[in-house]
Amino acid sequence: MSDAVTLAWRQYRLERRMFWRNPSAAFFNFVLPLLFLVGGGAILHGHQSDLNKLVPAIAGMSVMSTTFTALAYNIVFLRERGVLKRIRGTPLPTGSYFGGVAGNAVTNTALQIAIVVLAGRIFFGIGWPAHWGELIVFVVVGVVCFAALGVAFAHLIPNFESTAAYVNAVFLPVVFVSFYAFDTASAPALLRNVADALPLKPLIEGLSGAIVTGSSLGSNLGALAVIAGWGVFGGWFAVRGFSWEQRRG
Amino acid sequence: MRGIDITVKRGEVFGLLGPNGAGKTTTVEILEGYRTRTGGDVSVLGYDPARRQIELRKRIGIVLQSSGIYSHVTPREALQHWASFYPKPRDVEEVLQLAGLQEKADARSRTLSGGQLRRLDFALALVGDPELIFLDEPTTGFDPAARRDAWETVRNLREGGKTILLTTHYLDEAQALADRVAIVKDGRVLAVGPPRELGTHPPGAAQYTIAYRDLNGARVERQTEDPTRLLNEITAEALARGERLEELSVGRPTLEDVYLELTADE
Repeated sequence: MSDAVTLAWRQYRLERRMFWRNPSAAFFNFVLPLLFLVGGGAILHGHQSDLNKLVPAIAGMSVMSTTFTALAYNIVFLRERGVLKRIRGTPLPTGSYFGGVAGNAVTNTALQIAIVVLAGRIFFGIGWPAHWGELIVFVVVGVVCFAALGVAFAHLIPNFESTAAYVNAVFLPVVFVSFYAFDTASAPALLRNVADALPLKPLIEGLSGAIVTGSSLGSNLGALAVIAGWGVFGGWFAVRGFSWEQRRG
Repeated sequence: MRGIDITVKRGEVFGLLGPNGAGKTTTVEILEGYRTRTGGDVSVLGYDPARRQIELRKRIGIVLQSSGIYSHVTPREALQHWASFYPKPRDVEEVLQLAGLQEKADARSRTLSGGQLRRLDFALALVGDPELIFLDEPTTGFDPAARRDAWETVRNLREGGKTILLTTHYLDEAQALADRVAIVKDGRVLAVGPPRELGTHPPGAAQYTIAYRDLNGARVERQTEDPTRLLNEITAEALARGERLEELSVGRPTLEDVYLELTADE
């Protein structure tokens, strides 16, 4: 057991090293949401009620991009290159491998959330999060959910060339619908219902409660349930559909 | 696959030889635990590879036909990481040297050439000091010098008491490396034996060819299982007639002949 933990730790350290050595991945997974934060912050400067929406929205988007997007890219790439197949032939336990990979994604998410919270405190007139515990609960459940969905989604992507198209075909509409529904109470009912059924808007609501409005965890249990439901769905497909090798032909 | 029945002995180099699509890789991938068989019994070092026990994978090394490595990691880092998976790994520096990668040890693997990456494949398979090594088409795409180096590595591993199962579609490779060869086609074993003996067993295939040109310059070829006797007859008759036998030769079927005959489409 301790052996498996040691190997997970070693895998994690290798993943961290690779992450910082690959500038384009670091950019898309890491810098992009922060650019949105800076850009949005500049545009909305002086409009506190809008900034109050922007910060949790970007925090939610950060969770999705550091887990869903990053893992889908990573897995499709490693699968197509045959790295996963090679790892599969070694005694590295599957759990240790995924522990290291997931740990890497979690570290990125934690760093992003810390940066967003700090930026909110320093630049956007938002205080320290009202409920740290609630923040942690939503980030953890959000990470598990979107990481599972990313791994599951990787299974649908046929090859690395089409990864950007597949990922963005999901990422951009989900971000757009969720941001819009979160920001605009008068959004069309259909759109609101779609956003409420998807995991991102519930995550943003939970983060908003924790960071900005101070609404308690108890009042956001519905949102938490939606995210957890997607997590279970994603986890099931991630495990069932996982493929270590590129499909032939 | 229609039925492959082979036993590889400890310490030998066993070659699976056959044309592309013969089922070599499928066979090896079943033994490595990548694919599950639909029937039959498989035992690798006493384990059933389909159960994918970690204990088995600690004792085998795999060089796949093609597989990648993290592009932003150096060979030394990759080998150190891989070494940590195994109970008694080899020294990383020693393996780097064995694979001829000392000069590229600290370069990102994305900057390695095709041949260097292939040597890294070898190095990663050997760093755990496995007892049994699978080599799937290990030298495909190598230049002649790199092939010789790879052969040398395989021979050294054999000297070190390792068991090696290799697939190849190169006859000279099978001949140069394998203690025994199985010729495979359409998922079936057509012949098994040491490469040198494959030509003489089964006896039906053991035809020596004695060839020469007669007085008119026409080429004569005669088949026999007993070349000594036939050669004696032919030369005795020629001497009696006072003829020279131009281009006289005695040919033993090579692995190539056997291979071509066995794998020829009906």
